[in-house]
Amino acid sequence: MSAARIFAVMVKEFTQLTRDRLTYALILVMPIVQLLLFGYAINNDPHHLPTAVLIQDDSAFARSTLGAIAHTDYFDIVETARTPAELTQAMARGRVQFTITIPGDFTRRVVRGDRAQILVEADASDPSATGAAVAALAGLPQEALKRDLLGAVAPARAAAPPFEVVVHRRYNPEAIAAYNIVPGLLGVILSMTLVMMTALGVTREYERGTMESLLATPVKPIEVMIGKLAPYVLVGLIQTVVILALARVLFDVPMAGGWGVLSVGTMLFIVGSLALGFLLSTVARTQLQAMQMSVFYILPSILLSGFMFPFRGMPDWAQWIGTIIPVTHFLRVVRGALLKGLGFADLWQSLGALSLFVVVVVSLAMARYRTTLD
Amino acid sequence: MTFAVDVTGLNKSFGDKHVVQDLAVQVGAGKITGFLGPNGSGKTTTLRMLCGLLTPDSGEGEVLGLDFRKAAGQIKLQTGYMTQRFSLYEDLSIEENLTFVARVYGLPDRGRLVTQTLERLGLENRRRQLAGSLSGGWKQRLALAAAIMHSPRLLLLDEPTAGVDPKARREFWDEIHALAAEGMTVMVSTHYMDEAERCHDIAYIAYGRLIARGTGREVIEGSGLITFRAEGPGADRLSRQLAGAPGVAMAAPFGAALHVSGTERAALEAAIAPFRRPPFHWDEVEPTLEDVFIHLMGQSRDNFE
Ligand SMILES: Nc1ncnc2c1ncn2[C@@H]1O[C@H](COP(=O)(O)OP(=O)(O)OP(=O)(O)O)[C@@H](O)[C@H]1O
Ligand SMILES: [Mg+2]
Repeated sequence: MSAARIFAVMVKEFTQLTRDRLTYALILVMPIVQLLLFGYAINNDPHHLPTAVLIQDDSAFARSTLGAIAHTDYFDIVETARTPAELTQAMARGRVQFTITIPGDFTRRVVRGDRAQILVEADASDPSATGAAVAALAGLPQEALKRDLLGAVAPARAAAPPFEVVVHRRYNPEAIAAYNIVPGLLGVILSMTLVMMTALGVTREYERGTMESLLATPVKPIEVMIGKLAPYVLVGLIQTVVILALARVLFDVPMAGGWGVLSVGTMLFIVGSLALGFLLSTVARTQLQAMQMSVFYILPSILLSGFMFPFRGMPDWAQWIGTIIPVTHFLRVVRGALLKGLGFADLWQSLGALSLFVVVVVSLAMARYRTTLD
Repeated sequence: MTFAVDVTGLNKSFGDKHVVQDLAVQVGAGKITGFLGPNGSGKTTTLRMLCGLLTPDSGEGEVLGLDFRKAAGQIKLQTGYMTQRFSLYEDLSIEENLTFVARVYGLPDRGRLVTQTLERLGLENRRRQLAGSLSGGWKQRLALAAAIMHSPRLLLLDEPTAGVDPKARREFWDEIHALAAEGMTVMVSTHYMDEAERCHDIAYIAYGRLIARGTGREVIEGSGLITFRAEGPGADRLSRQLAGAPGVAMAAPFGAALHVSGTERAALEAAIAPFRRPPFHWDEVEPTLEDVFIHLMGQSRDNFE
């Protein structure tokens, strides 16, 4: 391996990159547009979600509680069920996002201070839609019955809240806070741009005929690969910084730390994605094919990685596929580091998976890269 | 004579298409060898196999004294290859292309070398122009310059002057001869007869087989072709009457004149006898390379089928 030859390829790639205005624009504008598009589209905070109620205790307390719930603006009571079965059906059919049950012993227990409950069930198959609404219920018990608990029942107002809200999430037990989406976008945007960039980079050499000259020189496959990937590593890093900055400024994504693990994970993921693009280009004959293959890789990366749907909410087979998709592991690193402040000790498995990804893809690419035109 | 390229039994198939068949290629060291043959006869394929860009199905021998199948890496270092289709980077400038080549070959004193090359090409004022914006003739000159930058001992040129104007072609060939005079071995494929005549040696292939080789004179003599030339008003129009007549292998107009060739003298003379009268004037002439090649092309097709 010769550093001079790697450098030669690198400078060449970099120069070509700067000549190609469209790609240039794509690299910078695409992440921003996608981040705004997806970030706002998915990250919005929906109000007035349709809600069905079942009131088994027709009392002043129950009405006050329901009034307080409606007052949050998150819940629109659109149905009043007569039986639990009716209530269940309303959600199963998708007519409502929430159901609220006020049990028959509600008033009695409130008065006695005996752990009164109301039950809220959320259709969490679209977790970003329910997250904020559920959060709004947290302060409810303290406030809802303030004015009702006077005189004889005043002692019940004392220290503990008069009742608790029991929330059941149905169809998808893992609740995802809305800001999960934005760190996830980092993985998706990096995959989309980087895989495609290198996949096109090599097939372009074949299509334009320049591969014939390149192969006639003494440059070796590994040198071509390193030289071609290096400028795009920089591109990937720039994209990462842009996305994280926007995530912070526009979406208030918490950044709990974990910068070390995030840097290592990002680097591995960038190199792996670029090498994957390189691998695809050794299979594809034309730029169009390379493009199609990239899309074929990117779709499951979006759908099965835990970006779009909560990973544990997926069926086993989908989880299994998801596990072999690198983005899945990258998302765990990004979310773990940014949202939970996890470090190497917690995320070593995901980093291991990403390292394996890099090694496998680079080896395959080297094995497949043709040094002849056969 | 020592050979820079001495390879025998070369074969290459693409799928079930046998493109190069039992070909022997010999190129004298320091000589310019013309590589001729009709479209699709396997010239490009052969050149690519010689410089390691295609893997031959079989064949053995030496290129620059090295086993051409095992030492492809070392051969590449000493070989310059100019592709049939322009294959430098069109989105890089002239200077950037040359710099890239110089870097990849690890050439010392790169800056001076690139400047020298630009000056020799007469392109120092346009060094920042993108290669893709050059005209066809300039592209070819740039490609040649890039191919010889690392001072290779063997230069393989694949139709280097296709689509280039006569003056530029003349200059191109002057340069090739200058390089050969310095000791470089050149193998050049071409469809132009005048270029074939400028070569020291010629190899003619058709359908992937070697049909004729040697100096121009040897090829002409080896063909056994006899040619008569008719001049006079309307001579060129006789071709229609003569073509296909017994003994006539070929009748082709050359401007206002006509060349009629065949391999058997008696039959040929009998065929042209009816037209040996005024206003036509007949002479026996030496066949040109073009006569020979067209004849060979026809013959090889017969053999092939
Ligand atoms: N990569 C390939 N795959 C399949 N067939 C090929 C390939 N390369 C060349 N061929 C076929 O091999 C034959 C010889 O091609 P080649 O390019 O060597 O001819 P050539 O003598 O250079 O022709 P020309 O004078 O038109 O350049 C042609 O029929 C061509 O279609
Ligand atoms: Mg050719």
